[in-house]
Amino acid sequence: MPTSTKRRTPEELLQQVQAEEAYEKRGRLKVFLGYASGVGKSFRMLDEGRRRAERGQDVLVGAVQPHRPPEIEALLSKLRVIPLRGADGTAVMDVDAILKRHPGVCLVDGLAYDNPPGSRNPSRWQDVDQLLDAGISVISSVNIQYIDELRERVSKITGKVVTQTVPARFLSSADEIVVVDAPPEMCIRTQDGEIDARANTQAQKLSELREIALLFAADVVDQQLEQYLQRNGITQTFGAQERIMVCITPRANAATMIASGRRNAERFHGDLTVAYVRQPEISADDQAALDRNLAIARDAKAHIEILDGEDPIDTILSFARDHGITQVFVGHSTHEHWWERVTGTPLDRLIRNANDIDVRVFPH
Amino acid sequence: MATPLSRGRLKIYLGYAAGVGKTYQMLEEAQDMKRQGRDVVIGYFEPHGRKDTISRTEGLEFVPRSKSEYRGTLFEEMDTGAILARRPEVCVVDEFPHSNIPGSAREKRWQDVQALLDTGIDVLTTMNIQHLESLNDQVCRITGVRVRETIPDWVMQQADQVVMVDLTPRALLNRLARGVVYPPDKAAEALKNFFQESTLVALRELALRQTAHEVEIRQVDYNSPGFQIAPEDGDVGDEPPRSQERILILVTPDPSTAMLIRRGKRVADYLHADCFAVAVQDDGTADESASAVERHLNFARNLHIEARLLGGHDVAKTVVEFARLNGVTQLFLARSSEGRWAAFGGRNLVQQVVRLARDMQVIIVADRSRQQSK
Repeated sequence: MPTSTKRRTPEELLQQVQAEEAYEKRGRLKVFLGYASGVGKSFRMLDEGRRRAERGQDVLVGAVQPHRPPEIEALLSKLRVIPLRGADGTAVMDVDAILKRHPGVCLVDGLAYDNPPGSRNPSRWQDVDQLLDAGISVISSVNIQYIDELRERVSKITGKVVTQTVPARFLSSADEIVVVDAPPEMCIRTQDGEIDARANTQAQKLSELREIALLFAADVVDQQLEQYLQRNGITQTFGAQERIMVCITPRANAATMIASGRRNAERFHGDLTVAYVRQPEISADDQAALDRNLAIARDAKAHIEILDGEDPIDTILSFARDHGITQVFVGHSTHEHWWERVTGTPLDRLIRNANDIDVRVFPH
Repeated sequence: MATPLSRGRLKIYLGYAAGVGKTYQMLEEAQDMKRQGRDVVIGYFEPHGRKDTISRTEGLEFVPRSKSEYRGTLFEEMDTGAILARRPEVCVVDEFPHSNIPGSAREKRWQDVQALLDTGIDVLTTMNIQHLESLNDQVCRITGVRVRETIPDWVMQQADQVVMVDLTPRALLNRLARGVVYPPDKAAEALKNFFQESTLVALRELALRQTAHEVEIRQVDYNSPGFQIAPEDGDVGDEPPRSQERILILVTPDPSTAMLIRRGKRVADYLHADCFAVAVQDDGTADESASAVERHLNFARNLHIEARLLGGHDVAKTVVEFARLNGVTQLFLARSSEGRWAAFGGRNLVQQVVRLARDMQVIIVADRSRQQSK
């Protein structure tokens, strides 16, 4: 496996030790992520609780949804439950009772619920955060439509606007996130009893939501992999996610290259970086052209990197390797000096040295 | 429900490692189907000594495996003939990427499954992401293992449903430690090699992304738009619309060609581009390199890429002219591993093509199977 260990400064080591200590004290969070109601998130959550209880762990149910199908009731009957407290007609998780009882594992359904005014926390996910801080591990479930950052995209698909949300960063901080996947047909059957004329539109919507859920999970997993590698001081490039780096110069045909980079990044659900290696002396015209190109990059919502280095090719490649870039986009050299016919152009050298990265050369 | 003439439906339970619960979930569904009154049989099931999973086969009919001897050892394979004769509505087939022993009617189990589907039998099957052809090199880089049993991407694309069976690596490692996945000695071995957390995490990410891709390409059936680049921002270029994107893969005798073909095809699938492959050869060449080229062209054809042999002496010139004539927008080639970068004078193929093909994108594909140079 391609690994190498980075040498770290004392400060970095100290930070790591502190982070590890805090991490050790905190409870573990595991989240079941679903794309619609009916995929079986709550079931999976409670079933895991049941299995852990059977293996001797101290499991407690902190909150479940009010609407409970028979298979959920069956699972609940095998678990110990701390009842919700009713306040102003809204059910609230009894955080005090849970903290006092201090189980090893607490099951909390419906992470996005809002608590009524006057509660300990505005939202249930903050209650969960508190349980975690107290060293209680939590298994929870959430539907992607309640993830704050995805809300807009989801409501475009469903036409429904939700007000209660969980921030994505809270879910990214989970130790484990599991996708509860199922074909859309299953959810339709569960919801409507039978597939009807609306089924096709419904299936289309569900399928779009399903894709969002899978990609969200993949992104979280990607971040977790990075954190894991960092924690263990490993730099490692797997390229599970496509990462595209467009290298521009003032004279490059940047608009085409960035548009293509953006399109590729979208098709692969990957990441787009636009990089410029600073050149020592640059004319006013070139500077203006460069600024225009960087503006295009900003519009394309690319990460922008201005790199410094003596040798542009080495600079590009070392950045690319450090950041797990899988494709480098470059423009053709405009002209070739006579000596380059013998020694090769910088482009030749880039291609030769980038042996573990795709190089895409663009027409000028 | 299915009329006798319609093709059976294929459902794939996709995972990223042994022990994530693919077979279990598949059998659960088979049990559900049976309860709903459908005629379900088990065509092939690999128990691996897992009690929980074995218990899920209770009450389901098994079609006995065929037994045959190969080099003195007795092998059991799925008896496709017997299943076809039995004609169930639904057949459960574990381990989709399996290769049959030499002398079987078909080389691969996925080909057996095609035969079942052709006669209208629905099939439920399982596979891990490692076995998808186009990811072969990436998987090799992640795991250090070259997977031999692969499923062509088009076979997965033809499945009616692909469902991700997800389990976190940590839970999987716990299962392994508890002896649920393998017996203790094998578990210890697995932990040392394949079952390292970072490896599992990377494979899981691949599986999630692939499932998302499979979900996305199936949305085409519902409505067609959605392929344009988002117009509200970043609409900065005038790249041709998707239907005009054409990818040409340059096939050579070089061993890296298989990797190049996989990558080119994968990019083409993601970009919804047309994809074809050509090799260039002097007419009448008949040596080792000619047979390597033929092998590579056939490999491309197996992945459903239109592949052709062009006559010509100058490879770079011939391929670039062909590309121009055929409206190719992206030309894919590999780094040549032999005779590379002659110090003076002679340019290698990559340099020549890059210089000639200034009017299209030229993609020089990475060697994904090799360790990263650092």
